Amino acid sequence: MGGKTKKLLRVAVVLAAWGLAPHAALAADGPGVVELGSLSNLFEPVTFNHTMHTDVAKSCAECHHHTLGDAPIDKTCARCHRANQPADSVACRECHPANRFAADYLAKLEANPQLYHTGKPGLKGVYHRKCLGCHRTMDGPTGCEDCHKMTEKGEAFYRTGKFAPPPAKHEAGEE
Amino acid sequence: MKKIDRRNFLKGGLAGGAALAATGKATKAEASGSFGGYPNSMGVLVDFTKCVGCRTCEAACNKEQGLPAPDKPFTDKSVFDEIHHGKRHRRTTEKAFTVVNRYDIPGRAEGPIYRKFQCNHCQEPACLTSCFVNAYTKTPEGAVIYNSKVCVGCRTCMIACPFYVPAYAYSSATNPIVRKCIMCYDTRLKFGRPPACVEACPQEVMVFGRRKDLIKMGHERIKEHPDKYVDHIYGENEVGGTSWLYLSDVPFDQVGFDTHLGNEPIISYVKDFLAMVPIVLTVWPALFTGFHLLATRKEEANTKENESKGRGV
Ligand code: HEC
Ligand code: HEC
Ligand code: HEC
Ligand code: HEC
Ligand code: HEC
Repeated sequence: MGGKTKKLLRVAVVLAAWGLAPHAALAADGPGVVELGSLSNLFEPVTFNHTMHTDVAKSCAECHHHTLGDAPIDKTCARCHRANQPADSVACRECHPANRFAADYLAKLEANPQLYHTGKPGLKGVYHRKCLGCHRTMDGPTGCEDCHKMTEKGEAFYRTGKFAPPPAKHEAGEE
Repeated sequence: MKKIDRRNFLKGGLAGGAALAATGKATKAEASGSFGGYPNSMGVLVDFTKCVGCRTCEAACNKEQGLPAPDKPFTDKSVFDEIHHGKRHRRTTEKAFTVVNRYDIPGRAEGPIYRKFQCNHCQEPACLTSCFVNAYTKTPEGAVIYNSKVCVGCRTCMIACPFYVPAYAYSSATNPIVRKCIMCYDTRLKFGRPPACVEACPQEVMVFGRRKDLIKMGHERIKEHPDKYVDHIYGENEVGGTSWLYLSDVPFDQVGFDTHLGNEPIISYVKDFLAMVPIVLTVWPALFTGFHLLATRKEEANTKENESKGRGV
């Protein structure tokens, strides 16, 4: 990560564009609108408005833990991460494995008894826990298709859309 | 009239015969201490506080196990309100090895709680011990699997199971065979991969790992959030322990768990039972072999057309 210089550069750009509003300066930290699509399979990628979310959230740590140098929100984390030491990686996908229960990942955890946080959830899990979790309390979108449209593969998987069971059978199961 | 539940029925049979078996050696303590599960077996820790009731696990199970099309799409939430046999909560069937149910808990801030249900893969499975044709196996990986070619459809396992899991497929009228969750043994677990439902879950409600590690993890979660969780891992000790373990923020009896099963494996009762009635061992196998031969012969005639259905282990 480019660190401070990159941050300053972004701030400068934003200041030039929008003036001196503190919110704009804050929004400069991190990407604007990003597509989260590394897992896309049953659903299409998610268009994530990072700028809007940094406005909504009280602190970057609401999503990024202490990795950006902010105090942890979660009290259980603060116990050990009070120093707010910035981390080398900031993007969720760099720490949270896409394939949490793959045999080789599990073997890696087991091979090194020194490893900490071996229960760290996978990427799909943290996106939903974090994103959906906040949306449920702050009136963000919570429906499965509010964040990502289902792909055709998804419709076949969930037996919905054009793969839905025939209506006659549907009714029979109704009573 | 009080309904006789299946387990009491088993127990009752034993108590009645206890006098007869006064000299029997297989005491409950001995039986339960004899096995206790494979030390390195895998398991799944299910955390109901994280479930949002999306039914993705049900869809994943259906696909992985090649089960018949459901009556409604897996995106349809109306199944949570269906009434079956006078009860609102669905049970596992021969067409659905796992189901999610909704429990409305008055006063729970997060709203209703959802519970995923499937075979618990007991450490000392009652289905296995009760099976007279040895159709069941507890694998070192932790799964309780069955050989449908051996199953004679006697339904003893249905009666023995403390969780009412095994179901019967009647698709072939001549030879109903047991159907239940096998923890995706033949397609995944055997190769070190998690069951399909675990991997599919968007919320990572379930953690797949060594059972003994999961128990530690469960207790850690409780310790980190004592105000959130009920201080109990269901399945750690119930009926001698199960491979599937559960955490909840509502008392387990409010999410459909039987909290009166005790920690004694059902196997103990059955073992006593078998010790007491040796005739069962000598006569029943012969009887069932007879049934089975009959059934398989009929089955063979149907095999060609039914080949695709016979997805046993
Ligand atoms: C707040 C937004 C949000 C909501 C609501 C949401 N998801 Fe997601 N979902 C995501 C994000 C972000 C990803 C990761 C996308 C990526 O990286 O490809 C994702 C990925 C997934 C994936 C894995 C990728 C794939 O396409 O197979 C599944 C499965 C999934 N979501 C299912 C669900 C289901 C089921 C629901 C409804 C309970 C749901 N999601 C609701 C944000 C959301
Ligand atoms: C609502 C959750 C959320 C909040 C709040 C949030 N971020 Fe992010 N941020 C994300 C996500 C998700 C990504 C990952 C994007 C990706 O994978 O491409 C990200 C990515 C980033 C990245 C890029 C990392 C990389 O390596 O690509 C930076 C820098 C960043 N955020 C900084 C910030 C800062 C600074 C704040 C506070 C002002 C903040 N974020 C607040 C969710 C958030
Ligand atoms: C009991 C102490 C303890 C608690 C509580 C704790 N951590 Fe940690 N954490 C550690 C230790 C120790 C490391 C360093 C591990 C290593 O270097 O291998 C670490 C590392 C990390 C890292 C990696 C940092 C980096 O630079 O790569 C992150 C991110 C993290 N923890 C997040 C959390 C979160 C989120 C929580 C709360 C849910 C939490 N931690 C709670 C002790 C703790
Ligand atoms: C530097 C590594 C690192 C990065 C980057 C990171 N995480 Fe984490 N995260 C961790 C660790 C380590 C834990 C495990 C803490 C524990 O064991 O409880 C964790 C835990 C979590 C949890 C579970 C916390 C709980 O209380 O259950 C969520 C949710 C989460 N992260 C979301 C995110 C999101 C969203 C992002 C991206 C915006 C992100 N993380 C980026 C390391 C990281
Ligand atoms: C701190 C709480 C919070 C977190 C965490 C959060 N969101 Fe949001 N999100 C909101 C709120 C509030 C809205 C509604 C904003 C509005 O309608 O003005 C929203 C709206 C959205 C929308 C619809 C608006 C748009 O941008 O088109 C999407 C998509 C979305 N969030 C995705 C995500 C994803 C993906 C994550 C996780 C990486 C996430 N959110 C995490 C609070 C949050």
